[in-house]
Amino acid sequence: MKKVVIIGAGHGGVQAATSLRDMGFEGTIQLIADEAHLPYQKPPLSKGFLNGKQTVENLLFRNANYYAEHHIEVIVGEKIEAIQLHNQTVTSSTGHTFEYDYLILATGARNRELPKAIASNALYLRSMSDAQQLKLALDVVESVAVVGGGFIGLEVAASAAEAGKQVTVLEVQNRLMARVLPPVLSEVFLKKHQEMGVNVQLNATVSAEALAEFDLVVVGIGVVPNQELAQEAGIECQNGVLVNEYQQTSVSNVYAIGDCASHYNRFAGKQCRLESVQNAVDQAKIAAAHICEKTQPYDAVPWFWTNQFDLKLQMAGINSDYDSYAFRGDLVANKFSIFYFKENKLVAVDSLNRPADHLAARKLIQAGITPTKEQVEDATLKLITS
Amino acid sequence: MPHITYIEPNGTAKTYDLPLGASLMEGAVQNGVNGIVAECGGSCMCATCHIYVDDAFLSQLPEMEEEENEMLDSATSERRPNSRLGCQVRATPKVEGLIVRIPSVQ
Repeated sequence: MKKVVIIGAGHGGVQAATSLRDMGFEGTIQLIADEAHLPYQKPPLSKGFLNGKQTVENLLFRNANYYAEHHIEVIVGEKIEAIQLHNQTVTSSTGHTFEYDYLILATGARNRELPKAIASNALYLRSMSDAQQLKLALDVVESVAVVGGGFIGLEVAASAAEAGKQVTVLEVQNRLMARVLPPVLSEVFLKKHQEMGVNVQLNATVSAEALAEFDLVVVGIGVVPNQELAQEAGIECQNGVLVNEYQQTSVSNVYAIGDCASHYNRFAGKQCRLESVQNAVDQAKIAAAHICEKTQPYDAVPWFWTNQFDLKLQMAGINSDYDSYAFRGDLVANKFSIFYFKENKLVAVDSLNRPADHLAARKLIQAGITPTKEQVEDATLKLITS
Repeated sequence: MPHITYIEPNGTAKTYDLPLGASLMEGAVQNGVNGIVAECGGSCMCATCHIYVDDAFLSQLPEMEEEENEMLDSATSERRPNSRLGCQVRATPKVEGLIVRIPSVQ
């Protein structure tokens, strides 16, 4: 009987286990989590979990019965420390050894940290225990500094401001979420945060002195891929574990999926890592399909989202390279989408409180259909006829 | 704790005792009901937890917000008067015995 070992139980790891069973894989599946919880979803940790609308139970992917019924062995609290390619085993810090025929690395990413000299007591947000600690701390402080004006930082800032805290965001760049958003959207989010009482400092200098005046410091300045396991085993890595279109690494029965996997993405037009639910889930399906000999290449439109206050932004495609754009909807009411084109081809759409546009955009980009700018701008016109 | 019956696209009925306050999507996904995808995890972002609610219970459910309404217009399976998104409907004492049908595609 074939054995699959999956390291990491975030969106990618859990989806890989589920998809293997859905596709008829009959061998053993071991899903190994380094945390002590049953696998849970991370995106709500900076949103619904922090503001108390969701609890640990709400965030579980599946209950214990599900795993038992589907013969998925979930092993919690085991940190894998080494891969032995020669005899196809992995070993954990507690000395356990797991044998595999196929290994799936779903090891994710970890927070980039500020030097201790600058922020010795700062909190970071990645895991459930990080979120629980942050939630407790938020209960007892008044002033909060958030270092980093990206998705996570701003989601935390919004949650903290909604809880009545005095929040200051320190962003070293000259606008918010500059890596992923155009200036017009950075401006919308800046105004919203300011309107809700958040003190946003752009072009900020982050120093120990600057942070000393706050009760609590939370840092969200990006992540680095967890590639060391693979690297130390001799698997090729370069800003992530390198994979082909079937999620195979340089060792053919070892796969990598999700945040840790560096792949060529045709929608981005380059080699990249994507840190998103969509990418983790869709790559998991590709790896599972390949193991089940139902081969198909990874070719899914990237999509992302963020919620801050009453702003819900959904992004489809990659908007890093475009030569023209068109608006749809109502800019004043913060209900609009931006359609980005490159050489007259639709490459990405950012939708602010326009969920239907987002769903249409994903279908259009996947199918390679480009509406005209006139069609985009006429919001009475349906972009997709189902 | 309300009992909810899910009818999967192939006609299989599965009944679960949901914790009060859990969404119908969570109840389905955590128990492994087929046909509910919930790719966004319950953030009302993806319209892949589309369900048809038993007509008898329609009036017992909270009214839908504009966002859910817009998402349902973009759902893959046909929208009907009893269409809801599972992530936006929670298990309350009022929905004891509710039957939901899951469309063939999400």
